[in-house]
Amino acid sequence: MMIERSNAFVIPTPKRLGYSFNWAGRVGLAVILFWAVVAIVGPWIAPHPPGEIVDWDYFGPVTADFWMGTDYLGRDIFSRILMGARYTVGIALASVVLACAGGVILGMVAAVIGGWFDMILSRLLDAFNGIPSLLFGLVVVAAVGSSIPVLILTLAAIYLPGSYRFARALAVNVNATDYVTVARARGESTPYLITREIFPNILGPVLADLGLRFVFIVLVLSGLSFLGLGVQPPNADWGALVRENIEGLSLGAPAVIFPSIAIATLTISVNMFIDNLPTKIRDRSE
Amino acid sequence: MTQPLVTVNDLRIGAVTDAGRKVEIIRGVSFEIAPGEIVALIGESGSGKTTIALSLMGYTRTGCSITGGQITLDGNDVTALPERNRAALRGTEVSYVPQSAAAAFNPSKRIMDQVIEITAIHELMPKAEAEAKAVDLFRALALPDPENIGHRYPHQVSGGQLQRLSAAMALIGGPKLVIFDEPTTALDVTTQIEVLRAFKSVMQQGGMAGVYVSHDLAVVAQIADRIIVLKGGEIQETGNTEQILTHPAHPYTRQLLAAFEPVPHQPFQPEAKAVPKPILEVIHLHAGYGAIRKGEPEIKILKDVNFTLERGRNLGVIGESGSGKSTLARAIAGILPPYQGGILLDGQELRGDLKRRSKEQLRKAQIVFQLADTALNPAHSIEQILGRPLAFYHGLKGAKREARVKELLDMVRLPANLRHRLPGELSGGQKQRINLARALAAEPELILCDEITLALDTVVAAAILDLLKELQRELSLSYMFISHDLSTVEAICDDVLVMLKGEVVEALPAARMSAEAQHPYSRLLISSIPQLDTGWLAGLEQDPNLVAQFANR
Repeated sequence: MMIERSNAFVIPTPKRLGYSFNWAGRVGLAVILFWAVVAIVGPWIAPHPPGEIVDWDYFGPVTADFWMGTDYLGRDIFSRILMGARYTVGIALASVVLACAGGVILGMVAAVIGGWFDMILSRLLDAFNGIPSLLFGLVVVAAVGSSIPVLILTLAAIYLPGSYRFARALAVNVNATDYVTVARARGESTPYLITREIFPNILGPVLADLGLRFVFIVLVLSGLSFLGLGVQPPNADWGALVRENIEGLSLGAPAVIFPSIAIATLTISVNMFIDNLPTKIRDRSE
Repeated sequence: MTQPLVTVNDLRIGAVTDAGRKVEIIRGVSFEIAPGEIVALIGESGSGKTTIALSLMGYTRTGCSITGGQITLDGNDVTALPERNRAALRGTEVSYVPQSAAAAFNPSKRIMDQVIEITAIHELMPKAEAEAKAVDLFRALALPDPENIGHRYPHQVSGGQLQRLSAAMALIGGPKLVIFDEPTTALDVTTQIEVLRAFKSVMQQGGMAGVYVSHDLAVVAQIADRIIVLKGGEIQETGNTEQILTHPAHPYTRQLLAAFEPVPHQPFQPEAKAVPKPILEVIHLHAGYGAIRKGEPEIKILKDVNFTLERGRNLGVIGESGSGKSTLARAIAGILPPYQGGILLDGQELRGDLKRRSKEQLRKAQIVFQLADTALNPAHSIEQILGRPLAFYHGLKGAKREARVKELLDMVRLPANLRHRLPGELSGGQKQRINLARALAAEPELILCDEITLALDTVVAAAILDLLKELQRELSLSYMFISHDLSTVEAICDDVLVMLKGEVVEALPAARMSAEAQHPYSRLLISSIPQLDTGWLAGLEQDPNLVAQFANR
C-alpha cells in the first residue's frame, strides 16, 4: 500500500514508465532525427541547385566553396546529398513501413485463421517472391511511369512477402501458446486475438526485421535509380550518388565517399535505434 | 571416520541480474559426503539445490559465479582449479544426470556413440572396451535388449529408458560422485519406480557416492541415505533419511512433510434444487487430431468416454501421460471439437466447435491450464488479464471493473496492488492464482483444471488446493480435476475416472480409491505412488507381467 501511495504523485517521465533507453539508442534516434530534418529543410539550405554544374573540374576536392567536393560532372556534392536525403529517407521509410505493416497484418491473420486462407495466401506470396525485384520494378515503372508514389508502392510490394513470412512464422508460435488458447476458448474474435494477444509478443523481432529491410530498400532504391527507374535526374538519391561517382573511387574523390557515409550513418543509426529500444517495447516476454 | 569424498565449506554463489544488481543465491552452505553415500538436496524451486549440485563440478550457470568458500572433491580443490583441470574431472571423477534425458541426448546420433563419448574425450579406454562396458551398464540398469539398445536413436526408446541411458552415460567414466538432477520428475509414476530401482542397484553395486536433487520427499526417501533441506540458499536441516521423515526438527521440514499428509475431502453440499440437473454430462465422446477422413480424424485419442458430473461435486481424471486426460478437457472446452458424441453443460447441449457455442455457454465452463507461465500473456498487466473477461462477458468498464479486479485478487488471496505488475514479475504460485482468478472472473459454474499443480512446489500446491476448496464453498463451483498425481486427486475430488489410452477403464469414489479399485491398471497406478517410507520401494511387489502389459517402456 505504501508503494502505491508514493507512486501516485510522481511525474511520469519516460524513465519512470520504463521507456528509457541507453545511449546507443539515443545516438541512433538523434541521427535519424537529424536526417529527417535535413530531408525537410534540405532544398532551402542547399548552397547550389542540385543539377547545376558549378565547377569546370570533375571529382573536385573538398574546398571552402564545395564542402564535400564535386561529382563527375562538376556538381556540388553537398547540395546533392541534402536534396537526396529527401528521396532516400522519405522513400525508404515510407516503403519499409508499408511493407512491414502489410506483411505483419497479413501474417498474423494467416496464422490465426490458418487452413485454406493461410495456404492460398502463403503460396500466392511465395510465387510473388519468385519474381526478381528489379525486373518487377522495371515492369511496373514501364507500365505506369515513374513517380515517387509508384516507387514507394513498388518497393513495399517487393519487400512485403518476406515480412509476411517472418511475421507468420512468429505468429504461428505465439498462436499455439496457452494464453491465446485461453482467449480463444473465451470466445474472442480474430481481430482481438491479433491486436491484443499476438502483436505485442512478436513486436520485438518484427522491429528488428524492419531495420534490416530498411537497409535493403535503400540499396534496391539505388539499383532502380541506376537503371533509370528510380529518382529521375538531375535529382538523385544517395545510392545513385554513389553509383554515378564510383569511378572517382580510384582518384580518392570525396564525391563517392560522402554519399557512402550518409547511407552508412542512416542505416546504422536505424538499426542502433531499433536494437536499443526500451525493453518494454522490444522484448516484453522478459 | 573415513575421509569424506566431498567437502563443501561455506559455499557462496552470487549472480548478477539483468538490471545489474548483485544477488547471493547460495549463502554459506557447508556439508560433507562420505564415499558411497547418497545425499539428497531437497527444497522448493529457487532454493538453490541445482546450483549447489552443479557447483560440485566446478560449474555455474551463465551469470552466476562462485564468490566464496571451498569445494573439495577427492582431494582436489574444485574451486581453486583452473578450468582445464576442472574439465578433466568432469566425467571421470564426477558426472551429471540431467532432469530431461530427452533434451540431453542428441537426436541425430546413435545412443551408443553418445554413451561412450566420455571415454573418447578423456581417452580412458579403446572403443570396443568402452562399448562392452556400456552393455554391462545397460544390463545393470535393467534395460531391455542390452546388446542392441545402443544402436538405436534416442527417439526409438521410451522416456524411462532414456533416463536410464543417461545414467549409463554418466557412469561410463567410473566416477566417484554422480549428480542426479531431478531425474524422475518428468516420468510417470509407474516408470519412475523402474528408474529408481535401477539407479539404486547400480549405485550400490558400484559403491559410488551420489547427490540426488529433488523436490519430492517421497522419492528421496527411497534412494537417499541422508537429506539436506534447503530454503533460500541456506541449509535448514541435515539428517539421515529416517530421522528427517520421522523426527523433523525444523519448522520448514515439518511444513514439507505436512503437505504429504492426506487431507480427507469433505464433499460439498450444494443447496437442494428442485430439479438437480448434472452440471456436465459426456456421452460417447470421441475426439482426435489430424486430417479428417470420412468423418474420423487420423489420430484418434478419446474413445467412447462417458461420465456425469453432478453440480457441486468434483471429478478427478487420472492416468499417465498420453492417456488422453488433457484431450478430454480440451474437447469439453471446445478447443478440440469432438467428432462423435455429445457434451451437455447444465442440461444444454454444447456444440463441438467453439464458434458455434454461445457466449453464455462459454462463460459457464472455464479452463485453467497447467503451466501458468505460458497461460498468461507476458505483454499484459495483471489488471488487463483479469479485466478482459469482465469486459467480455459482463461488459464491466472503468471503476467498476477495477473494483471487481481487486475483488478477484482478494478471492485468490493476492494483494490488490499486484494488478499493476506483469506476469513475469510474479512467482509460480502467484501466476497460478492469477490464472485461477481469470477463470473466476467469468463467474463460471464449472472449472476444468488441467494439471494445475504440476509445476508447483509441494507447499504451494497444497495452498492452491485449499484455495480451490474454499472457492467451491463460497461460489458453489464444480471442478473437473485432471492430474497424474493421485494424492492431489484424493485431496479434492469426490469421484475419480481412471483413463488408459483414451478410454475410461474405471470410475471410482475418490475416498475408497485404493480399496475398491478393480481394474488391474487402476491398481497398478495406485500402488505406484511413492510413500513417505524408506522401505517402500524395496517392499513394493508388482506383478511384472502386469507392469509390462500397461506401462509403455
